[in-house]
Amino acid sequence: MVLINTESASSSPPKLGTQPLLSIRNVAKSFGRNPVLRDISLQVAEGEFLTVLGESGSGKTTLLRIIAGFETADSGEIWMEAQRLDALPPYHRRVNTVFQYYALFPHLTVEENVGYGLKVAKLPKEQSVSRVEQALAMVKMTAYAEFKPGKISGGQQQRVALARALVNRPRLLLLDEPLSALDANLRRQMQVELKSLQREVGIAFVFVTHDQEEAMVMSDRIALLRRGELEQVASPREIYSHPATAYAAQFIGHTNLLTAEVSRGIARCKSLSWPVKLPDGVALFSLRPENIRVAAGNTDSDRIGFRGKVIWQAFHGATELLQIECIDGLLLSMRTASGQNSRGNLLLEFSPEDAIPVRKSQEAEKGL
Amino acid sequence: MELPLRALESSVTASRWLPWHAALVFGFLYLPIVTLIVYSFNGSGVGGFPPRDLTLAWYRLLFADEAIWTSVLNSLLVAIAAVIISLGFGIPAALALDRANFPGKALFRRLVLLPLILPGIITGLSLLMLFREADIKLSLLTIALGHGTALISVATTEVFAGLQKLDRSQEEASLDLGANYWQTFRHVTLPNLRLSIIGAALLIFTLSMDEIAVSFFLIGRDNTLPLEIWGRLRRGITPEINAISSIIFVFSLFAILIWYRLRVASEVQPEIAAELLESPAQGD
Repeated sequence: MVLINTESASSSPPKLGTQPLLSIRNVAKSFGRNPVLRDISLQVAEGEFLTVLGESGSGKTTLLRIIAGFETADSGEIWMEAQRLDALPPYHRRVNTVFQYYALFPHLTVEENVGYGLKVAKLPKEQSVSRVEQALAMVKMTAYAEFKPGKISGGQQQRVALARALVNRPRLLLLDEPLSALDANLRRQMQVELKSLQREVGIAFVFVTHDQEEAMVMSDRIALLRRGELEQVASPREIYSHPATAYAAQFIGHTNLLTAEVSRGIARCKSLSWPVKLPDGVALFSLRPENIRVAAGNTDSDRIGFRGKVIWQAFHGATELLQIECIDGLLLSMRTASGQNSRGNLLLEFSPEDAIPVRKSQEAEKGL
Repeated sequence: MELPLRALESSVTASRWLPWHAALVFGFLYLPIVTLIVYSFNGSGVGGFPPRDLTLAWYRLLFADEAIWTSVLNSLLVAIAAVIISLGFGIPAALALDRANFPGKALFRRLVLLPLILPGIITGLSLLMLFREADIKLSLLTIALGHGTALISVATTEVFAGLQKLDRSQEEASLDLGANYWQTFRHVTLPNLRLSIIGAALLIFTLSMDEIAVSFFLIGRDNTLPLEIWGRLRRGITPEINAISSIIFVFSLFAILIWYRLRVASEVQPEIAAELLESPAQGD
């Protein structure tokens, strides 16, 4: 256990096949009569960056607090490798937390804050001094060692909180929306720094956020939580290209949700129809805006062509989001590169395999 | 449109009268103290206006008065004991009120606060009866016990107010970093409560120093300062009393200054200071 672990500094994705570092097994929790988490099972691999993504009230912070030991689950177990974690008090878990508002000790200097865990662990003075130095250097806060937390900026407090947690060499670091108190620019910068720091130290991170963009940028895997239940656990790419539920499709990125009637291998949604390999009945599909294109002219028989009128155009820098009204009144969003000058009536197309069948999430179908 | 205009008018008149009003209140509060101090230097005793023949004679007399100094020492001992007793019980009580959930908690809170509003006569009399039953001889110790119990409520409310302001995630951070509950209390909770505790101690000390009602019932052979003064008043006022009162006043002033310096040095938000100066009954 060295803090700077060069072996895991490579960007290779963590191996999920081996024994997980942390397993959460069927954890449930209610506050009074209000269920916050229902039957959560989730695994974190060694060195993995896992993001628990969810809206406020989804139970993500409660899950984090159960792992840290500040809350007790009503049922279920938490294991760290062969050790049962949920029976231990927080101070015996090899897990450290970066709190949302950092929770630095105001009466101690930056250095004393970082050294706190080593002091209570009664580490010999020389060792603790050098480890604190190393941790402060890692987050570039050496110059502020003597400052009290009240005298440094939010971003700096953030770094100190990170150093204070990492100096104890935890097996797992928990981060509770640590970037939400920072302004947008600093936030983007810290996302990159945090991710590269995680690669550098090779410690598994469980990162809680409500910001899907943040989750996409930083995570190896995302666990999407909704009303105390896991909607989908997958890599950002997987969750984006193959959302499991309508909610996942809408929460992560932009999408068109199409409710279609399937019969004999053909899905029909108003005037659109495309081949599918699904049994007959009603099905829900997610079609990403960038998968709708202006027809190139060459008659590729696989693609589904249709006509639509541009009724609204939103400029997003490199891309533009167009609101399309089809002849039958169906509204669709499509994304084009900027400067295409797409106006009026267009001949459009999409590939049937881009219409991803998704599970219905209750009360989540706001798209259509 | 009329409403803002009227509001403006009234604020203009208010600003004219308010300084006078403030001066009046200030005078009402401090004129007696000023008089007390001035007459402690008056050569012709407590009577006569304006004061003449300025002298230090009363102070000289006071410094030679052994009975007064014995009573001052007694009062100091009692006050220190009262601080220790009331904080010793008050801090755990405040922690229990803040953290623990137990049946009858609401009742417990009210009962802890009861001595604040209970007249001193009741507290003194009931303690006297208790000590009689227990066959405990009245002494400075019984006074200290009396003050200590009566002032637990002050300690509890002050410390409880401090606990309410404490950022709980700091304690969680401490546990998270490997400190057990006791270490967390010692290294995180207690330092954060330092000002509340110092404030409570100063308040309890002052309240104990000038307490009469409870002391009156529990007094043994040794007088406390307020009872000594009270006893002498029955034989007529002498400027010697003014002199000792002036000295007490100056010491209280110093105590407040020291406390204020402490507060500035520890760089805590100013509202905490305001909290400490508030009446203790508001801590509920």
